[in-house]
Amino acid sequence: MSILVFTIILFVAALVAGLLGSLTGLGGGVVIIPLLTLVFKVDIHYAIGTSLISVIATSSGAAAAYVREGIANIRLGMFLELATTAGAIAGAWLAAYLPTEMIAILFGVVLIISAVLSFVRQADPVTTGTAGVLAAKLRLNSTMPTPEGKTPYFVKNVVGGFFMMNIAGIISGLLGIGSGALKVIAMDNIMRIPFKVSTTTSNFMIGVTAAASVGVYLKRGYIDPGLSMPVMLGVLGGAFVGTRVLTKAKTPSLKILFALVILILAVEMIYNGITHKI
Amino acid sequence: MEQKRKRLQDTDMENVIGYLLRYGVLSASVVVLAGGIVYLYRHGHQLPAYSQFRGEPDKMRNPRLIWQAVLRGEGRPLIQLGLLILIATPIARIAFSIFGYLLEKDYLYTVLTAIVLLVILWNF
Repeated sequence: MSILVFTIILFVAALVAGLLGSLTGLGGGVVIIPLLTLVFKVDIHYAIGTSLISVIATSSGAAAAYVREGIANIRLGMFLELATTAGAIAGAWLAAYLPTEMIAILFGVVLIISAVLSFVRQADPVTTGTAGVLAAKLRLNSTMPTPEGKTPYFVKNVVGGFFMMNIAGIISGLLGIGSGALKVIAMDNIMRIPFKVSTTTSNFMIGVTAAASVGVYLKRGYIDPGLSMPVMLGVLGGAFVGTRVLTKAKTPSLKILFALVILILAVEMIYNGITHKI
Repeated sequence: MEQKRKRLQDTDMENVIGYLLRYGVLSASVVVLAGGIVYLYRHGHQLPAYSQFRGEPDKMRNPRLIWQAVLRGEGRPLIQLGLLILIATPIARIAFSIFGYLLEKDYLYTVLTAIVLLVILWNF
């Protein structure tokens, strides 16, 4: 198979991934790594580099579309980024020293957890009572626009959320993924923020976290132009089409189907990692 | 009066950030596409070799070498240039919000965001 054919196939696959990712909200980039490593036998370091590029592309593209961030809590996002970026850099460094089989297995496990977590019921947000001391001092409590007007909400467990974000950051830097699901869990279940706020804030944070580890990836030579080019253009194109084609009504059956595909890929990654084929 | 002026600054900030992101991603895509066309024209018939990790050569990693290679008309360095523009986009966004917090006289978050930016830049 020539480079031309290889590039075209990658582009089409990335298009589908970007489309499905934007329709299901499950992050289409996660299929890039299994596709590259399992099907095309690309070394996992190139794969995670390519994936990180697609993460930056889709998160910046999405942020440009939803710039009215009256919903996302930017201050909270920035504060938590202190934890996430530190973790991301640690994770990126780890990626050089962990054997590739280990990275593959970890990737599979995280993929399963993320897919399952995306179906977890949302926790109830805290809108009454007193604010936590830390949250008030850092001015993290905010309001979100609702049909009734601006509803205030409180942020709890700042320390717990901070710690969880650090872990999400490490995973992000190690595997080249966005770990949006983990970020949402940290904000939704630990910090008890309204679900819409946590998803939009997570989207904001993903780009920042990715920018943190990309420097290390670049220096170590993980980012290859021949792979990044079709994948970046593909996921951007697919996501663009996705936002145009369907209104915000996310079909649940599509999400379940995509989650199943992710689960199968995750198991394959783990299996290949264990049998040293990766 | 004070309230109204602050709200104006917020939406102004959001607009600029929106433009920044949009044009950043767009220009990055154009450059990457151009580089891709050159790359495929020159190397499309060759075989891909990604099974073993060897790390990218210096001219694909060092910004100065990338630029020199671009001026020579090479495809892959042009793609890398586009990727650098893509990477610069969220970073520029963060830098801009530092400015925004400064304008809002929110010094805590000016410093906080500056720390995040420094951490990111330190790794390049």
